[in-house]
This record gives sequence, C-alpha cells and structure tokens, in this order.
Amino acid sequence: MRTDDLIEALSERLEPVSTRAPFWRLAAWVGGGAVVSAALMLLVLGLRPDLGRAMGGMMFWTKFAYTLALGGLALWAAERLGRPGARAKLPLTIVVVVVALFALLAAGQLMMAPAPMRRHLLMGHSAQVCPCLILALAVPLLVGTVMGLRGFAPTRPMLTGLAGGLAAGGLAAFVYGFSCNETAMPFIALWYTLPVLAAGLIGAGIGRFALRW
Amino acid sequence: MLKSLDGDAKAYTRLLAELTRHLRAYYSRRLGDAQDDAEDLVQDTLIAMHRRRDSYDPKQPLTAWVYAIARYRLIDHYRRRKVRKAVPLEDAAELFAADDIEPAMARRDVSKLLDRLPAGRAALIRATKLEGLSNAEAGERVGLSEGAVKVNVHRGLKSLSRTRDAEGDGTPP
Repeated sequence: MRTDDLIEALSERLEPVSTRAPFWRLAAWVGGGAVVSAALMLLVLGLRPDLGRAMGGMMFWTKFAYTLALGGLALWAAERLGRPGARAKLPLTIVVVVVALFALLAAGQLMMAPAPMRRHLLMGHSAQVCPCLILALAVPLLVGTVMGLRGFAPTRPMLTGLAGGLAAGGLAAFVYGFSCNETAMPFIALWYTLPVLAAGLIGAGIGRFALRW
Repeated sequence: MLKSLDGDAKAYTRLLAELTRHLRAYYSRRLGDAQDDAEDLVQDTLIAMHRRRDSYDPKQPLTAWVYAIARYRLIDHYRRRKVRKAVPLEDAAELFAADDIEPAMARRDVSKLLDRLPAGRAALIRATKLEGLSNAEAGERVGLSEGAVKVNVHRGLKSLSRTRDAEGDGTPP
C-alpha cells in the first residue's frame, strides 16, 4: 500500500476524539477496582471496631494522607507515562520525597521512644499479616490500573506498569487503613510501604507484557 | 493536530503528509542498510498515531509525541525482527545520541509559531534568539534603535507564549 493512500484512508475514517477520554477510562477502571477492593475489605476484614474514636486522633489521618498521597501521585505519574513524550519526573520525584519524609519521621519516633517500646512500634501486632492483606486488596486495583492504562499509549511499558502498580498498592493501603488499627509511624513506614513497592514491581512485570501495543 | 482531533479530515491529511516526511527522514537515517523497512515503519507509525491519537496531550509539543511514538515503533520493529544488529562500538553512540531529527522538529514547532507574528517582529526574534545577534546588531539591520528591538522581541515572545498556552501545539490553524 502506498503511504499516500494510507493517509487518505486514515483521513476518510477520521472521527473526532477527546484527549480526555483515556483519562476517564482509567478513572473508571481504577474506580471499579477500588470499589471491589473496599467491598473485600468490608466483607472479609471488617472496619476497625474503634473507627469512630480513631478518627478523632492524628494517626488515623496521617495514615489516611500518606497512603492516599502515594496512590494519587503514582496514578498521576502513570497517566503522564501513558502519553508519549510527556514527562512524569515531577510526580515520581514527589513520591520519593513523600516516602523518604515519612521514613524520616518514623525513624525519629523510633529514636525518641524508650528502648523496650521500639520493638512494638516497629512490629505492632500484625506485621505478619498486614503486608499480605494489602497486597491481596491491591489485586483488583492492579487489574483496574493495568486495564485503564491499556487505553493510553505507553512508550515505556515497564515504567508505566511500575507507576500503575504503585498506585494500586497505595490505594489498597488506603483501603486497608480503615480496617487496621495499628497506630505507630514506624509500623506504617515499613509494613505499609513494603507491599506498595511490591505491588509496583508486580505492576512493572505485568506492564512489560500487558501494556505493549 | 487539534483540528484533526476535532475530526477535520483535511487538516488531518495535511498533518499526516507533513509528518510522513519527517518520519521518512527519521527512519532512513536509523535503519542503515535495511532501507526497505523504512516505508513500512512510516506506515506502521502513522497507523499507531491514528489509533492512539487520543493519547496526545494538547499541552505538550506535538513533535515530542510524534517522536516518542516513532522511537517506540522502531524498538518494536527491532524486537519483532529479532534483529540484534551488531553495531561497532564507535557507531553505537549514534544510536543513543540525541536525535538529529529532534532539533529539526523543534525548529518546525518554533517556525510555525513565528509565522503567526507580524513579519517584522518574527524577523527580529529570529535574528536575536536564533541567529544570535545582539539587539543593537539586529536593530541596525532593520533600522530600529536597540531599545525598540528589545521591546519588540519581548512583546513578540510574550504573545508567542500566550498562543502556546492557549493552543498547545504548533499546528497551523
């Protein structure tokens, strides 16, 4: 086929499109994933019994803000990476800064605490299950981000998958925060951040294949 | 490009024809002795751009979008052909080097924008910002004082940045 003919054929079938459409598709997929994830949390794990009281305290909102920031920033980065030629440096940098800042605050809390308390601050009472539960809650969100990102045109599929995975992990940690009653910053900095990173790596692995076009 | 997204077929034909020229240059430079593939890749890229045209962000330069897709298709091409082309180390720099086409395409963006300014003002911007003349030298060329050149260049750049913010890419209206 001659290139001129191809151009003509493409122009003939031209339909108006909106550059916002991929964004809304992604939002719908991620929203769907979040609903499934939240339903799983409510049905299987249940809300933390002291939710009402916890909402009066600082720590609930710190956890709330940290996880939501991770999820939101990573999703922003993924949306940028889905558009050829667009830059995602800014959101990715902020993610790193947020994680580092939180780790620093957590380290501060750990140092200030009396030595016998430290183990509890770091391990809480659910260090064994918490990362696994967050990862499990991230599964529907991972499906959502990957499917949503397929509507874009990522030219770096692995990096885009990484951002999508981090977003899924961050949002899953956010959902899990309504069920988990751990309140120590060192615990959050370690056992919440780890599964988010793991979800990111899984996303990168999936993205390498699923986000090719 | 913006008109094309709205469904203007004529604008789209013109745009694709122009991009085809850039893409041909891009691929033929890169493919070395596999020139036969160049035209296939051009068509492949045109189809890819067409199918994913909603991934273009109007706030980004059009050329960055086109170039990123072109490079992606090239990498995909190598992967599909399983070409592990042996490139002598001295020449490898060329594969990774900043694109020779990229500046050319950026120039295209700039000159498309400049075409919209009054001719005199555009000429002054070309002289001072692109050719590197001083304000005084540029003024001498057209018979204006140094101060007048400065004001004109400043106003011209300002209205350019307004146009860019409003429309995003360098496609002619």
